[in-house]
Amino acid sequence: MSAVKKAAKKSGGLGQLMIPLVALGILVLFNLIRDPSFFSIEMATNNSGNQVLSGNLISIIDSASSLAIIAMGMTLVTAACGGQDISVGAVGAIAGAFFVKIANTDNGITGGSAILGFIVCVLGTIAFMMFNGTLVAVFKIQPMIATLILFSCGRSIAYWINGSATPQLTSPIIDALGKTIPGIPIPTPIFAVIIMAILLALVFKFTNLRLYTQSVGINQGAARLNGINPTAIKLLSFVILGVCVAVAAVIGVSRLHQLNHKTLLVDIEMDAILAVAIGGNNLGGGKFRLLGSVLGAYIIQMLTTTLYSMSVPPVNVKAYKAIVIIIIVVAGSPVIKNKISTLITRIKAGRLQASAAKGVE
Amino acid sequence: MKRREPLTNTQLLTTIATCIFFVMYFAAMIFMGGGFLKVQQVFDLLNDNAYLIIIACALTIVMIGGGINISVGGVISLTVMACALFLNGTGMQSAGGILVAFLLALGIGLAFGAGMGFLISYLDIQPFIVTLAGMFLSRGLTTILSVNPVKVTHEPFLALVKTKIQIPFLGYVAQNGNLIPAKLEIGAVVALVIVILSFLMLRYVKLGRNIYALGGNQQSALMLGINVRRTRFLSYVISGVLSGLAGFIFLMHKPAGNASVAMRSEMDAIAASIIGGTLLTGGVGNVIGTFFGVMILATIQKIIGLSPLNESWWQDMASGALLGVFILLQSVVLSGREKTRAKKASTPALQKG
Repeated sequence: MSAVKKAAKKSGGLGQLMIPLVALGILVLFNLIRDPSFFSIEMATNNSGNQVLSGNLISIIDSASSLAIIAMGMTLVTAACGGQDISVGAVGAIAGAFFVKIANTDNGITGGSAILGFIVCVLGTIAFMMFNGTLVAVFKIQPMIATLILFSCGRSIAYWINGSATPQLTSPIIDALGKTIPGIPIPTPIFAVIIMAILLALVFKFTNLRLYTQSVGINQGAARLNGINPTAIKLLSFVILGVCVAVAAVIGVSRLHQLNHKTLLVDIEMDAILAVAIGGNNLGGGKFRLLGSVLGAYIIQMLTTTLYSMSVPPVNVKAYKAIVIIIIVVAGSPVIKNKISTLITRIKAGRLQASAAKGVE
Repeated sequence: MKRREPLTNTQLLTTIATCIFFVMYFAAMIFMGGGFLKVQQVFDLLNDNAYLIIIACALTIVMIGGGINISVGGVISLTVMACALFLNGTGMQSAGGILVAFLLALGIGLAFGAGMGFLISYLDIQPFIVTLAGMFLSRGLTTILSVNPVKVTHEPFLALVKTKIQIPFLGYVAQNGNLIPAKLEIGAVVALVIVILSFLMLRYVKLGRNIYALGGNQQSALMLGINVRRTRFLSYVISGVLSGLAGFIFLMHKPAGNASVAMRSEMDAIAASIIGGTLLTGGVGNVIGTFFGVMILATIQKIIGLSPLNESWWQDMASGALLGVFILLQSVVLSGREKTRAKKASTPALQKG
C-alpha cells in the first residue's frame, strides 16, 4: 500500500511541469515524424556577412524570446495578485517609444544613447506598471479591469510620446540587439532570456520573494497577519513585470528595425497569459513555477512555427492553435487528472493484489 | 435577504452608473448642443451599439456567476461571416432564408456556449483560458470561411436591414419644414428587449437567482443545494446564444462580413459591465447598469468624436482616462462602504455581509 502512496506522491510532485513537458515532447515527436530535417541546425552567413546558426529550432527559441520574458513577469503578477495584466502589449509599445525617443538621436543610434535609452525605457515602463500596480494593490481593483485602462489607451500614448511618427531604425547596434552580435553565432534575444531567467533565479535564491509572493497569492489576510506587506509585494511584482516588458519591447523594436505603435508586441498579452496557464500555474494566484511559463512560451512558438511550416496560412493559424490549446488544458484539467490518477492507482493496486495472491499460492 | 441594508452594492453601483450617464448627457446637451438636443441622437447610440448591448448583457450574466467570456467578439465575427456567406449562397431568396440564417447564428452561438460551458463547468478549466481558446477558434474559423470581406446581396435581407421603426412625434422639423421622424432599428429594439428579459431572468427566475448565489459564494451555493455545475454551464450557454444573436444584429446593422468585425468588442463589453457595476469577482451586478455602461461608453465616443480632439489617439486616451475615473470612483465608494460597515460591525445586529 505504501508503494502506491509513494507513487501517487511522486506523480503529484512532477505534476505541474508534467503537462507542458508532455505537450512539448509530443510536438517535437510530431515534427520529427513529419519532417526529420525540421530540427537540423546549420551555420549560414546572414545579410551582414556574419556566421550564424540557422534552423527551425533556433528560430523558434529566438522568436519566443519576447514572449518568454513577458511570461516570466506575468507569472509573478498572476501569483501575487490572482489576476493578469492585459496591458503588457500596450505598455510594451510605450516602452518601445521611450527607447526610440531617447536612443534615436540626430547622429543615429550610438552606444551611449542606446544605453541611456534602455535605462529611460526601463524606468518609464516601471512608472506605467506602477500605475497598474497602484490600482491593483492600493485601490484593490481586479487586475484585469485595472489594466484595461492602459490596454485601451497605451498604444495611443506610445504614438503620442514619439511625436506621431513610426521611425525606421538602421544601426549596427539595433542589428546586434535584435539579431546577432558579430562573432557570436547565437541570436542576442536568446541571451536576453537567459540573463532575465538567471536574474530572477538569483532573486528567488537570495530573497524570500518566492515565499512571500506565494503566501500573498494564497491568502492575503494570513500573509498580512504574518508580517508580510501584501501591497508592497503586489507592487513589486508589477515592477518586475515592467522590467520584463521593457526588455521584451527593446528586443521587439530591434527585431523589426522600426517602431510601430500598432504592431509592436501586438496580442502578446493573450499569449503570455496562455503561456502561464499552459505552464500549469493557477491563474487564480498562489503557487507558481517560472520554468513552466517559459516552457509554455516555447510550446506556443513551436506550435506556431510548426503550423507555418505545414503551410497553414498565417490568418488561419489561430483556429488550429485554439484546438491544440483546448487539448492541452483538457489534459491538464483537475477532473481528468483525478480520473487518470485513480485509474493508475487502481491498476497498481490490482497488480499488488495479483502479486500478493501469487505469494499466497 | 439583504433588506437590512438601505441599498445593496449592486443597486448602489447601478445608480452611480445611471446618474453618470444622465449627468454626462445633459452636460453634452448644454455644452455641445446640436445633435444632442435631438431624440435621434439617443436612437443613433442605440442603433450603433445594439450588438454591444447584447454581448454586454451576455458578459454581465457570466460575470455575475463569477466567470468571464472573452470569446463574444470572435463569435460575432464568425456568425456575421457565416450568415453573410449563407445568405449569398442560398437559393432561398425569400424570408425563409433569413429565418434559416437567424437559426444558424443562434446555432453557432449555442455550439460555442455549450462547448466552452462544458469545459469550464464540468472539467474545471479556468474560464479565461477556455474562452480565450474560443476567441482564437472563432476568429480563425472566420478567416478560414473567407479572408476577404463579403457583402450581403440577399434582397429580402437588405430590405430587412433598411426597415426602421419610425416614431413621428419624437422627430424634429428640418430646415425646409418637413417633419423627420425619429428612426429606431429593429436591432436596437431587440437589444432593449434582451436587456429587459435578462433583468427579469436574473431577478425572478430560479436560474438567475442561482447565478447570483454561485457568483457570491460557490461553497455556500453548493450547500444550499444548488446544482453549481449546471448553473455555470447554463450561464455560458446563455452568453453563447446571446453572442450569436448579437452577430445577427450586427449583420442587420452593417450587412457585410469581415474578418475584423467587432474586434476587441469583448473588452468594450467587459468595460461596460464594470462601469455598470458588475464585479469580476461575481455575485454583484445588474444588466440595467450594464445598459447604461454601454451608453456611457458610446456617449464618450460621440462627444470626443464631435469635439476638436477628434483624432483617434485622443479618443483612445480620453476614453481610457474616463474609464480610469469610473473604476477609481467605484473602488473608493465600495471601500468607503466597507469601512463604515466595519465600524458598524461592532454592534451585533449589523454583521458584515
